[in-house]
Amino acid sequence: MECLRWTALELGRRIRAGELTAVEAAQAALRQIDVCEPVLNSFITIDPERVLEQARAVQRGIEEGRFGGALSGAPVAIKDNLCTRGQRTTCASRILGDFTPAYEAEAVARLRRAGAVILGKTNMDEFAMGSTTETSAFGATRNPWSLGRVPGGSSGGSCSAVAGGEAFYALGSDTGGSIRQPASFCGLVGLKPTYGRVSRYGLVAYASSMDQVGPIARSVADCAAVLEVIAGHDPRDSTSLARGDTDFTAVLGRDIKGMRIGIPRGYFGEGLDAEVGAAVRAAAQGLAACGAVVEEFELGLTAYAVPTYYTIASAEASSNLARFDGVKYGYRASGEGLHDMYKRTRSQGFGPEVKRRIMLGSFVLSSGYYDAYYLKALRTKARIKQAFDAAFVRYDLLLGPTAPTTAPALGESLGDPLRMYLGDIYTIGANLAGLPAISVPCGLDSGGLPIGLQLTADCFQEKKLLAAAYAYEQSRPFPLCPMLTAEAGAGGEAADAETRGQGTACERKYICPEQMRREG
Amino acid sequence: MAERITGEMIEYVGILAKLALSEEEKAQAGRDMERMLGYIDLLNEVDTEGVDPMTHLFSVANVFREDVVTNGDGSEAVWAGAPGGVKEGGLKAPRTLE
Amino acid sequence: MSRQYETVIGLEVHIELATRTKIFCGCSTAFGGAPNSHTCPVCTGMPGSLPVLNRRVVEHAVAVGLATNCRITQYCKFDRKNYFYPDNPQNYQISQLYLPICRDGWIEIGTAAGRRVVGIHEIHMEEDAGKLIHDEWEDCTLVDFNRSGVPLIEVVSEPDMRSAEEVIAFLEKLRLIVQYLGASDCKLQEGSMRADVNLSVREMGSGTFGTRTEMKNLNSFKAVTRAIEGERRRQIELLEEGRPVIQETRRWDDNKEYSYAMRSKEDARDYRYFPDPDLPPVVIDDAWIEAIRARQPELHEAKLARYQAEFGLPAYDAGILTSDKRLADLFEATTALCGRPKRVSNWLMVETMRLLREHERGADQLDFSPENLAKLIGLQERGVVNGTVAKRIFEIIFTEDIDPEAYVREHGLETVGDEGAIRRAVEAVMGANPQSVADYHGGKKKAMGFLVGQAMRAMGGRADPGAVNRIVRQMLEGDASGDLG
Repeated sequence: MECLRWTALELGRRIRAGELTAVEAAQAALRQIDVCEPVLNSFITIDPERVLEQARAVQRGIEEGRFGGALSGAPVAIKDNLCTRGQRTTCASRILGDFTPAYEAEAVARLRRAGAVILGKTNMDEFAMGSTTETSAFGATRNPWSLGRVPGGSSGGSCSAVAGGEAFYALGSDTGGSIRQPASFCGLVGLKPTYGRVSRYGLVAYASSMDQVGPIARSVADCAAVLEVIAGHDPRDSTSLARGDTDFTAVLGRDIKGMRIGIPRGYFGEGLDAEVGAAVRAAAQGLAACGAVVEEFELGLTAYAVPTYYTIASAEASSNLARFDGVKYGYRASGEGLHDMYKRTRSQGFGPEVKRRIMLGSFVLSSGYYDAYYLKALRTKARIKQAFDAAFVRYDLLLGPTAPTTAPALGESLGDPLRMYLGDIYTIGANLAGLPAISVPCGLDSGGLPIGLQLTADCFQEKKLLAAAYAYEQSRPFPLCPMLTAEAGAGGEAADAETRGQGTACERKYICPEQMRREG
Repeated sequence: MAERITGEMIEYVGILAKLALSEEEKAQAGRDMERMLGYIDLLNEVDTEGVDPMTHLFSVANVFREDVVTNGDGSEAVWAGAPGGVKEGGLKAPRTLE
Repeated sequence: MSRQYETVIGLEVHIELATRTKIFCGCSTAFGGAPNSHTCPVCTGMPGSLPVLNRRVVEHAVAVGLATNCRITQYCKFDRKNYFYPDNPQNYQISQLYLPICRDGWIEIGTAAGRRVVGIHEIHMEEDAGKLIHDEWEDCTLVDFNRSGVPLIEVVSEPDMRSAEEVIAFLEKLRLIVQYLGASDCKLQEGSMRADVNLSVREMGSGTFGTRTEMKNLNSFKAVTRAIEGERRRQIELLEEGRPVIQETRRWDDNKEYSYAMRSKEDARDYRYFPDPDLPPVVIDDAWIEAIRARQPELHEAKLARYQAEFGLPAYDAGILTSDKRLADLFEATTALCGRPKRVSNWLMVETMRLLREHERGADQLDFSPENLAKLIGLQERGVVNGTVAKRIFEIIFTEDIDPEAYVREHGLETVGDEGAIRRAVEAVMGANPQSVADYHGGKKKAMGFLVGQAMRAMGGRADPGAVNRIVRQMLEGDASGDLG
């Protein structure tokens, strides 16, 4: 159906204009989900009944003038580490079992109040730990651009859903690049806001000092509109900040003439794919053509971002994930006494990558190693932050690739964790320093895979990011992902089964295509 | 630095993290951790003399709640997911007295 | 035992703060709710929940720090203490290790051995754990998170105490300070004040400390005393036998009067403290400290001195009246109403204390209103009721807090001053007890007391005792003269 190619803002406009209803849009998305899911596996939980019920309520609200927002009626996919009231939230982990929160993530609540129709919960790397969405207990997700490739991660399900036409936009979370890198692999726009811009309440914590919720969409304007809805102070998150400058869509179309853009030389060193490098340099030229002043400079310390990040993130994760113990919610294994129950529950409930990080994090915090590892990382983080501060004295934005390569093939990455971690080298700096950053598609490689351009701004300068990204996007229109058809879906079944080989795949709650057809 | 990660260290971290690893997993965990720590040792190249550990990014302080009761009875939500069941309002857990 | 040993004791005192809500969420701290009813996602460790600090907790902690001569840490933070236990819903406790809110304080204690200054190493803020109940029937543990997240301060003393007596004096002093500040009710039995004892022994004159043990589960002053004596004995025995004292945590069993090691191979005691990224730092500027200092109420010692100077009370009486904040408050409020400090003091020192003992209650459980005691004192002063009736009425005030004026009216308890009525009653009593009259005349003057008592009884205790006395004497003497005449 044609509407599936629209941006969320375009869909919203047409719904408000009465050209189609929120219910029809939801039905179209559900039909596409029906076609794609056997192949893509973007979702962990979908309840079509609930989707249509919401769509009908939103449509009534639009007609009665209660929902006047730009995104009213547009179906959205939510990463499964954001709590949704009454709908199970798994973090793609076996350990959460059928955990169904009685509360809602603040970002999700804000979307609902703006008339969003929530399609379901998307697949991800377990607890957002991974760069491929292959560490999920619910099987891997495929990249809609090339089914043998990963969509990136950890917000891979959110990105494949938006690229594959299953959803009009999505929420993801970004701790070390988990919105930007999969957006780059899936030819989408993904934005990580300044730390504190969006409430973390209801986001299941991975690394609390770096986690941020952000939008994933098909256009810069969509991202700006979503951010406008979800940003804002929340008294339930002590790290959320009260600021008034959240009219992000106001800057779209603003002239970027004279904007100073710095390219860290270190971002074009060893490990960067030549085609990616060329595309990003071409994008820099494109921005220069829009009037920006672009130059290379030395950012410094870039090689230290990855080890700093993994030390801090693992330490925080080891503590944040301690609550999953079989006592209060989620999975419980039977055991001989309390500690045996704890150990069995956690050993069976967590996947290998999560366990790896919990072990590392427990170690770097343990007696005798805390100073040498954890505090050293916090000191290095301070120096990295200083390097960014110095750069933003000279530049409005920093420019570079989002990821060193385009999407790798399925099954290629998990064998060598350290190599996988090095793929986060460009995105991690923004998380360590709390900066906003955006990934915008800037071309396809020779294999037809999307390449992402990353722009980073100083804290709270999302408007600069969005203005530049929008100007670039307008100057270089990017193709949409080719739509999957029913035939492609059928062909993918066999391959799908094989990608689910990793560990015990949990049961997905993807229900009743028949029902959907009846509704349709 | 590049510590050698011994079997005992992995055993100890397993106790801290409440993870029971098989012998094979322990060996793998030891290798993984040694490699990762070797990589983290790169940070020793960074001069951090006199640099304070950065625990919070912004100079925001004093975020408070007022002392006013805002929550009602939360027991239903606590009981709803209890994997061991509920008795007399309490969540059932394995006995804690040794 | 040939060698002489010295006991070295330090305390870790946990005090539940008197806030309406928990430290990091808006759940009530009230006692006695149904299991898990005072809970929310935050205090049950639900995924995605986040803590937000209760301002009152900081203010109480600073107030206690100022009253114990501490330095206030003007930039302080919270840290996570990581350990697994079912009463700890996140499996980390939010506490303070690196930058506790107060440091380097002291309080002075007095014992038979003299006065001594006990140092306070630090005071930090933290959250309480939930309650675990062992279920014998199913052999499992039941978890109740109602107390989870209740704010605590932990007062850590220096190892400056040398005897159980000093420890009790320290705890009493600390309790009075905190209670007077209104920062906690400090009830040991209910667990709102809990002390862990760190104890080591060394040979007298030794300059180094011995290996210490930590004792937990001490929920009364008596238990603290017994545990100290028991542990001192145990450690000396070990040393005498040439065996080492092991640094460990021990659980005191007050029934068996013995402590048990709480060791387990799963207990690594490596808490991996690190700054909590969910909570921004707390900055306490001079203005805030001064505002808290300005609000500080009169503390125990000042009150003790003032009661003697202002009300002319003996030191002993002032000491008892100020031994509990509730009692002192009652004294002052009643005195303010009736302007008779000595009478108020008498009621509280004698009758109130007797009734508390009889009902096995503590002074902190007094719940009658100062208005009613003041009214009673007024009734007695004006001669509306006599002393006997007043005591009877006070018992009812003590238990039911009745209005004595209304009660006297309703029950017709006013003192009868009507001479005719008394005379008639005395005549009747004398008529009925000729033997007592004869005894009196026979020189047994005590017989008069019996007749007075009988006359009072005949009048339901309401007669003015002075008048009865006078009339009985008059009539006995008159009677005698009549006989002679």
